[in-house]
Amino acid sequence: METVNITIEGQSYQVEKGLTILEAAKKCGYEIPSLCAFNHGECSLASCRVCLVEAQEGKGPNRLVASCVYPVSEGMNVTIGSPKATAARRTSVELLLSNHNRNCQECDKNGKCELLHVAQVTGARENMYQGEQTPVTVDMLSPSIKRDTSKCILCGRCVARCQNAHGLSVLGFEKRGFNTIVGPAENRSFMDSPCILCGQCTTVCPTGALTEVSEIDKIDEAFRAGKHVVVQVAPAVRASLGEEFDYPIGTPVTGKMIAALRRLGFERCYDVNFGADLTIMEEGTELLGRIQNGGTLPMITSCSPGWINYAEYYYGDLLDHVSSCKSPHQMQGAIIKSYWAKQMGYDPADVFVVSIMPCTAKKFEKDRPEMEHDGIRDVDVVLTTRELGKMIKRSGINFKRLPDEDWDQDIMGEYTGAAVIFGVTGGVMEAALRTVYYKLTGSEYGKIEFTEVRGHDAGIREASLDINGTVVNVAIASGMKSAKVLLDQIRNGESKYHFIEIMGCPGGCINGGGQSYVKPCFLPNEDDDILDTYKEKRANALYSEDERQTIRQSHNNKQVQELYEKFLGEPNSHLAHELLHTTYNKNRERFN
Amino acid sequence: MAHLQQSAALQIEEICSRYVNEETPLMMILSDIQKEYGYIPLEVQELVSEKTGISVAEIYGVVTFYSFFSLKPKGKNVIGCCLGTACYVKGAQQVVDKFSEILGIKPGETTDDGLFTIDALRCIGACGIAPAVQINGTVYPKMSVDQVPALIEKYRNGGNA
Amino acid sequence: MSDKITSFEELEARQSSCSQCLNDKYLGADGKRHVILCGGTGCLSSHSDEIREKFVEVIAAKGLSDKVTVNQVGCFGFCSQGPFVKIFPENTLYRMVKMEDVEEIVDTDLIGGEIVDRLLYVDPKTGEKVAKQEDIEFYKKQIRIALHGCGAIDPENIDEALGADAFKGLAKALKMDRKAVIQEVLDSGLRGRGGAGFPTGRKWSFVPDVEGPKYLVCNGDEGDPGAFMDRSILEGNPFAVIEGMMIGGYAIGAQDGYFYVRAEYPIAVNRLRLAIKAMEMAGLLGDNILGTDFSFRVHIRLGAGAFVCGEETALLNSIEGKRGMPRPRPPFPAVKGLWGCPTCVNNVETLATVPYILREGAEKFASIGTEKSKGTKVFALGGKINNVGLVEVPMGTTLKELIYDVGGGIPGGKQFKAIQTGGPSGGCLTEKNLDTPIDYDNLIAAGSMMGSGGAIVMDEDNCMVDVAKFYMEFICDESCGKCSPCRIGTKRMLEILTRITEGKGSMEDLDALQELASNVKTNSLCGLGQTAPNPILSTMASFKDEYIAHVQDKKCPSHVCKNLMSYVIDKDKCFGCQMCAKGCPADAIKHISPEYVAPGKKLPAMFIDTDKCVKCGACISTCRFGAISKQ
Ligand SMILES: Cc1cc2nc3c(=O)[nH]c(=O)nc-3n(C[C@H](O)[C@H](O)[C@H](O)COP(=O)(O)O)c2cc1C
Ligand code: SF4
Ligand code: SF4
Ligand code: SF4
Ligand code: SF4
Ligand code: SF4
Ligand code: SF4
Ligand code: SF4
Ligand code: FES
Ligand code: FES
Ligand code: FES
Repeated sequence: METVNITIEGQSYQVEKGLTILEAAKKCGYEIPSLCAFNHGECSLASCRVCLVEAQEGKGPNRLVASCVYPVSEGMNVTIGSPKATAARRTSVELLLSNHNRNCQECDKNGKCELLHVAQVTGARENMYQGEQTPVTVDMLSPSIKRDTSKCILCGRCVARCQNAHGLSVLGFEKRGFNTIVGPAENRSFMDSPCILCGQCTTVCPTGALTEVSEIDKIDEAFRAGKHVVVQVAPAVRASLGEEFDYPIGTPVTGKMIAALRRLGFERCYDVNFGADLTIMEEGTELLGRIQNGGTLPMITSCSPGWINYAEYYYGDLLDHVSSCKSPHQMQGAIIKSYWAKQMGYDPADVFVVSIMPCTAKKFEKDRPEMEHDGIRDVDVVLTTRELGKMIKRSGINFKRLPDEDWDQDIMGEYTGAAVIFGVTGGVMEAALRTVYYKLTGSEYGKIEFTEVRGHDAGIREASLDINGTVVNVAIASGMKSAKVLLDQIRNGESKYHFIEIMGCPGGCINGGGQSYVKPCFLPNEDDDILDTYKEKRANALYSEDERQTIRQSHNNKQVQELYEKFLGEPNSHLAHELLHTTYNKNRERFN
Repeated sequence: MAHLQQSAALQIEEICSRYVNEETPLMMILSDIQKEYGYIPLEVQELVSEKTGISVAEIYGVVTFYSFFSLKPKGKNVIGCCLGTACYVKGAQQVVDKFSEILGIKPGETTDDGLFTIDALRCIGACGIAPAVQINGTVYPKMSVDQVPALIEKYRNGGNA
Repeated sequence: MSDKITSFEELEARQSSCSQCLNDKYLGADGKRHVILCGGTGCLSSHSDEIREKFVEVIAAKGLSDKVTVNQVGCFGFCSQGPFVKIFPENTLYRMVKMEDVEEIVDTDLIGGEIVDRLLYVDPKTGEKVAKQEDIEFYKKQIRIALHGCGAIDPENIDEALGADAFKGLAKALKMDRKAVIQEVLDSGLRGRGGAGFPTGRKWSFVPDVEGPKYLVCNGDEGDPGAFMDRSILEGNPFAVIEGMMIGGYAIGAQDGYFYVRAEYPIAVNRLRLAIKAMEMAGLLGDNILGTDFSFRVHIRLGAGAFVCGEETALLNSIEGKRGMPRPRPPFPAVKGLWGCPTCVNNVETLATVPYILREGAEKFASIGTEKSKGTKVFALGGKINNVGLVEVPMGTTLKELIYDVGGGIPGGKQFKAIQTGGPSGGCLTEKNLDTPIDYDNLIAAGSMMGSGGAIVMDEDNCMVDVAKFYMEFICDESCGKCSPCRIGTKRMLEILTRITEGKGSMEDLDALQELASNVKTNSLCGLGQTAPNPILSTMASFKDEYIAHVQDKKCPSHVCKNLMSYVIDKDKCFGCQMCAKGCPADAIKHISPEYVAPGKKLPAMFIDTDKCVKCGACISTCRFGAISKQ
């Protein structure tokens, strides 16, 4: 590693060459306020100007430079705290605030708002500058994400994230000068644009301009109406919820989470892992059927609604390749309102299912017309991890002091390690392979772990398995940028795969659009490389839970077996199709 | 795209294909379309997106950035009033105001009958003869407020010079 | 004419035969008369094209077609007196020629051999008629280096360019080592004419010596409102700019050159296209130029109406088909420019000057100008000045010489108030700066800057607060919106200025304006925002009393700001003719007393109801008795 010698505030440091002043300062223990920069140049427009510091190179002048883009150089002398630099940063923030709808009190982002944070840090004065505001657009049409341009500081992070995750940016800068805004083309609603509602943009937005649409109110109402409110939680949530309560990233908090849910008044608390095992039974069977009966191949997983939105919009011609399985929580919701309700003697109309998800696209998914049976919706409300955090805080629960509790164990409490790893890219594939192997060979795959499909990044991974003479080629992609490569191969008739797993978010649900914000300025106790490591840390939380499970293959889930025996018959049976499978529509109304 | 006529769609595809060998053809494609049609509506941008692989949001961002590109059709006669410094200090603002007053539209707008659009330009490089007004490409030198009514009448009546 | 030129020898032969030809024409050695018309934008808009056709027609009708030729050249520079017609070999200059003058010129001059007296330029000081261009005061202090060939050669004819020294500099450069070319330009002291004045040779030397594509980009965006130097050069002698680009391209090791030209300049673009085509046909662009291993291609890209695209990194984004939002620097374009490759951006005038330096030598160029600013500078003189036009003067010429000798002073006997140089990035210079020799450093020291060469003169009728507001409006319109200090800060400044011009400002506003201005300067990302407050700062420095008059006395001393002035009728001068009242759109003009007036008595005077008056100014020009004034 090549290094350079610099001074910051009069202290000498040796830092890696090529770093920006901001990064170097961070390594040396300084936090320079910043808004538009994100994740080592993932977004580096140098547009907010709140990271200005004084820098002197050689005998050159002492100049104000944007530390987020200016590289360190040998002998550079950096001053962060000089009156000139602090005043400059404060002015930049004050100007931003003068064109900002400052109703922090009712803002979804309060407490996690980077703008408010830098305003406090820089000592921005209230109403320092006043004047006209840029015309405002508030988009609340989508059930997933809300866009409020009155809170937007035009940092461009969302644009970069959407672009990096999906290749095609749905969001972009529009107009210019004081009229500039960020939004989908023609300033349309997300519902009218090719947005896949994955929520990735909401995870990077520093302000309240992009947030999930909250559904907490609907739960209050369901309780008030005396419904039987059942909650089910996706595996990835436990890997991130702790962050809402200042646990180190990657701390699994399953036991406390369940305890909290009970205290919030849910009648039953289930793990969507049960649904995930069910999905594997259905999807594995579907795959084997396609392989053995010459069906459309490769088959592609269908559990990520972000990906499904993408498929319907951009690859309407390939919908036959997508597994007809509903996603796990939709399957489980359908089972709760049929099998479970019957068991409990409840009218399904009185049962209210809440899914806690790492995902904003699931909010849209649950509203799809296909997701109901006999007029009964599978799932009524989807909350993100972040919303659950808010709900817990709202109710006065001291999360850290909760005991560890366990899921309700009646008829759908059991789950396997295979289901847990659904939350990370490659997990569905691994879970499916464990079961497909068994189905083809009649015995368990000895090693259990298919490590070749593991990873937590957004690239493409592939593997080829010879299972008793049947060669199964598989590939995994997360984020639509990678998925596009595999999809174009199929479109051009060049795909060599049998089974493909696609996840909407880069890294899978552990990095979902509804997960806790990973904003270094709010994580003073994490390492400074947290943006590089958080995905791995969250993934490890899931893999370690898989390892701890005694049963690690979906087909060995006793309660799932019982469900088939008592209710569904076999995987892919007629009833299973009615309740657990769905159809896709490339002409979905929201796109017109 | 559904709203785009077959012939127009073909022509736009043709324009896109002119620049297939260019590394970054977007500005050139948009300039050609603007020249050909006088405006670049969203349906056309969608088609360009499909042909070039550039996202609609990005194309829309470019179209709305440059003042030459228009999302709406312009009037039959485009009155470009120079408001560059040389013209401004010689009273160009009054000339623009007069056009606005008579036509009842602000700069950037088009009359309801589709006959006139007023554009405020920033120097057309004819400062030597300021204040300058450019109508459909013809430059009128040393404009004064008094000349405005007759000029409008001239173009209202077919407008040949 | 389409023979390929494949070696230095062939080039020289062609140059000397073309030059012979051109000389014959000017000196009449070909036994013909030559009518030359200005084809610059100014004159074209005063119908110089139709006048040319009329000449051809009349000449043909009179059977003179084989004795007289009709040609068009680029801007003569003296645009306010256009359209121009010159007759060779006598070198007679006619100005303000109209269609109806054509017959007379043909009859009297071309046939009769007499000068048409009434079409000659009249020296306003002496009242004498001047027949030759070089005897006109306007041209006397000028030296034409960047404007070489402009107004002299037919910009659409490569042979005329070849006859007028074109490609001599290129040939010289191609015989030199690349490093030596850069050294030559360094030695000449040439500084970039696009605004910042960075030494061109230094800029070229920054381009790293690496393999792979490199680019030379010519910045022809010329966004400064009120400037038309680059346009005129491109229109008048596109070959010189291409030649300069090729020399630069050779020096930095580029194989491709890009012209980024404003779409508002159709004539320039067209002439540039023709010139490129002609050079390609002549083998002067393409592979192995003049038999060397230097290959070069030239491309044109059009701007689409965004001032900020004059900023070099925004310009690169625009060529790359993106929004013209500037990029942070470093990395500088020289290292990472167009499509991530090393790129050098040079202004039109800079490149037009380069051939001269190679052709005549660095020393000769460096002998002109001041210590730190060498050579000449082209200015577009505009605004309240008699000789509006394009001038090229040596660095070090004083503002007084520029305004009074070259520019001919202020029209209408009005008082000079200020001259704005550097456009929206520059500042106003006043009476006290008149003796300042113009160069990069002096202008900055005086609180303005050279900019690209726009020079707008203002007189006592211009309100400096209004001018500052005008520039701020321009900046607000043209800010790309990327960074917060410029996007929001300029808007806030405009809001304050608007308050002041409407009489709603306070003394605190003045302080706030000052503070904002200095913050926007330091905090903005690109040159646009960093210089945007200059017009405010410089007018506040020189005309603080005008600001205070607006704020405290609620008066606009120049009677420009509508809210702070009123139209009044002097009842002693008014004859009560009512002409003004008829034209008033607001019905604001009434009789003082509507009593009966005895026949023969003076009609009662009128008065203006200030509550009704919308300040359109119509009445003031209607009154033949000068009874109405602004207060
Ligand atoms: C807002 C802004 C506008 C500019 N406009 C122009 C322009 O119209 N023409 C130009 O040549 N340079 C312009 N420049 C300067 C260029 O960025 C660049 O410095 C110049 O083209 C370099 O050429 P030179 O070294 O030959 O001067 C502008 C700079 C800024 C910041
Ligand atoms: S985005 Fe931040 S600063 Fe703005 S209202 Fe919300 S909490 Fe407050
Ligand atoms: S939700 Fe996803 S697809 Fe939609 S704009 Fe945000 S990042 Fe892009
Ligand atoms: S929406 Fe958020 S992330 Fe996107 S530009 Fe605005 S503030 Fe930045
Ligand atoms: S990857 Fe997970 S979080 Fe992302 S869209 Fe798919 S289901 Fe939602
Ligand atoms: S200073 Fe102005 S023009 Fe330059 S980047 Fe910032 S907003 Fe854009
Ligand atoms: S300025 Fe216009 S409105 Fe006022 S009195 Fe004169 S004509 Fe009437
Ligand atoms: S035109 Fe002049 S003289 Fe006649 S009424 Fe008006 S002010 Fe009086
Ligand atoms: S963080 Fe550096 S400019 Fe925004
Ligand atoms: S300022 Fe109007 S033409 Fe230049
Ligand atoms: S345009 Fe004719 S003299 Fe300038």
